[in-house]
Amino acid sequence: MLYYTLKRLALAALVALTVSFISFGLLYLSSDPAIAMAGETASDADIEAIRQLYGFDRPILVQYFDWLQRAAAGDLGKSYYFRTDVSALIGERLPTTMTLGVCAITFAILLSVPLGVAAAIRPNSFIDRIALFLSVMGQALPSFWFALMLIIFLSVSLRLLPTSGSDTWLHFVMPTVVLGYYAAPAIMRLTRTGMLEVLSTDYIRTARAKGLRPWVVLFKHALRNAVIPVVSLAAVQFGFMLGGSIVVETIFALHGAGFLAWESITRNDLPTVQGLILVFSLFYIVLTFFADLLNAWLDPRIRIN
Amino acid sequence: MAEVLSKTQEIQSGGSVFWSRILGHQGVLIGVTIVAAVILIALSAPLIAPHDPYHQDLMNRLVPPVWDARGSWEHIFGTDHLGRDYLSRLIYGARISLLIGIGAALISGLIGTFLGVAAGYFGGRVDMVVTFLITVRLSMPVVLVALAVVAIVGGSLQVVITVLGLLLWDRFAVVMRSSTLQIRSMDYVAAAEAVGCSTTRVLMTEIMPNVVNNLIVIATLEIAHAIILEAALSFLGLGVQPPLPSWGLMVSEGKDMMLFEPWLITIPGVALFLLVLAINLLGDGARDITAPENRN
Repeated sequence: MLYYTLKRLALAALVALTVSFISFGLLYLSSDPAIAMAGETASDADIEAIRQLYGFDRPILVQYFDWLQRAAAGDLGKSYYFRTDVSALIGERLPTTMTLGVCAITFAILLSVPLGVAAAIRPNSFIDRIALFLSVMGQALPSFWFALMLIIFLSVSLRLLPTSGSDTWLHFVMPTVVLGYYAAPAIMRLTRTGMLEVLSTDYIRTARAKGLRPWVVLFKHALRNAVIPVVSLAAVQFGFMLGGSIVVETIFALHGAGFLAWESITRNDLPTVQGLILVFSLFYIVLTFFADLLNAWLDPRIRIN
Repeated sequence: MAEVLSKTQEIQSGGSVFWSRILGHQGVLIGVTIVAAVILIALSAPLIAPHDPYHQDLMNRLVPPVWDARGSWEHIFGTDHLGRDYLSRLIYGARISLLIGIGAALISGLIGTFLGVAAGYFGGRVDMVVTFLITVRLSMPVVLVALAVVAIVGGSLQVVITVLGLLLWDRFAVVMRSSTLQIRSMDYVAAAEAVGCSTTRVLMTEIMPNVVNNLIVIATLEIAHAIILEAALSFLGLGVQPPLPSWGLMVSEGKDMMLFEPWLITIPGVALFLLVLAINLLGDGARDITAPENRN
């Protein structure tokens, strides 16, 4: 287990390093960040001044290592637009996104795991068909459009929920549904497949044969084993949700990191965008790291291979 | 006994089984019909569009669709905030969605297949590198990276296709890798290697034909994925740029008026939903038909 952990940790570190390099390099796709920053009306002298002020005149690799060194110490530079520390800015916005993410993944799990289990107990039944129907629909529903439809129905027609802002828990209801619904189909399908597989094993037959009550067999013996891959999928989906939060937070004007990402991108605020890509990626890397460890701990076959 | 008989009949007539499986599969039928209709509409857009999709008519702004009391048959789906015919824009929008979906899936399919097949066939270090690349790619949030790149490089059809193509190859690589691994251990591959076929020949005549089914399934699902992402990018203003009639852009332009003129967002939204749904049904169905054992 220790060997596996170390190996996995080394991989995570290497991935993080590569991601940091890409997220830094991406923003040099534009010919010159100084020109982008200065705006269209700036004179050559202004551009040159900005270039020197931010160190754009140095070789890219030097700039990268400089940036990386400071990023490792938690300093992601200063936002061009807000004129404050990027780390502080992201730290301020992250809790809202985390709250949204936790609510959304909880919603997704509460929706999809029971449906998946019900579908697996009776394959090809009415419930199975409903579950399949919902998952096919969920994958085809563009999240931004679903969000607008919810606003029209729940906020405007029924006047139940506020449309935008992040002040009360009511503001989180619609974003949670939109973001969670998007993750639900994959989790449901995996729960269903896992349960189907486990329910056909010998030990379930044994458990039934020795006369255990059906729900004990179902929840204590079957679900516990079927849920192992679901845990790591949920972790992955949670990581993807941060990316999805950009669309959802922008529509509902929820002041989280996703909304910040959209604001900074439209304002050409490169350090903030860089920082956000790095933070979102790191979050995903850490999440999958722990999910893999959990899996290896639950299933010895993984850590031996 | 009857079961055995029908089984042998199935084996005897491979071709007709294929077709009966397609016809017996509701999802595929619905999917094929809608996708074929959209492709036809996109191809014949100049012929069937009642108006020029870019022609502004400021005297006829925000005309409601025909089912509204104030609507008319002149503009079946009404007009937008600049008086452009909504049906014509929708028809031309189908071209953009399909172009982006297919273009992006082509690029990502090439990258992903190359990486996946190489990893599955050669194994060892190649596999390690490819698996690493997949992990790196998955850790980067697609929407954020795509938005940032489009913002820096500038939004256009080509840029959106390229960016999505460069971002969506992960599923191709994962599936191609595992399918190639599976085929690689077959006796006929060992036989081909034993008689001295070159690596290229083994890959082209033994491996590729056997993984192409999976490739098509993933390609279909990724087309749908790219279409939905393009719509989201355009909706956020960092995808295809106006005045192009992208469906995502149409929803975005109608958003501010959605409370009074809800059709402005429902029409392109439903179009988007139906197209993506149909492509997904097609992909899922293709998997059921070519490999029924993977249904779950």
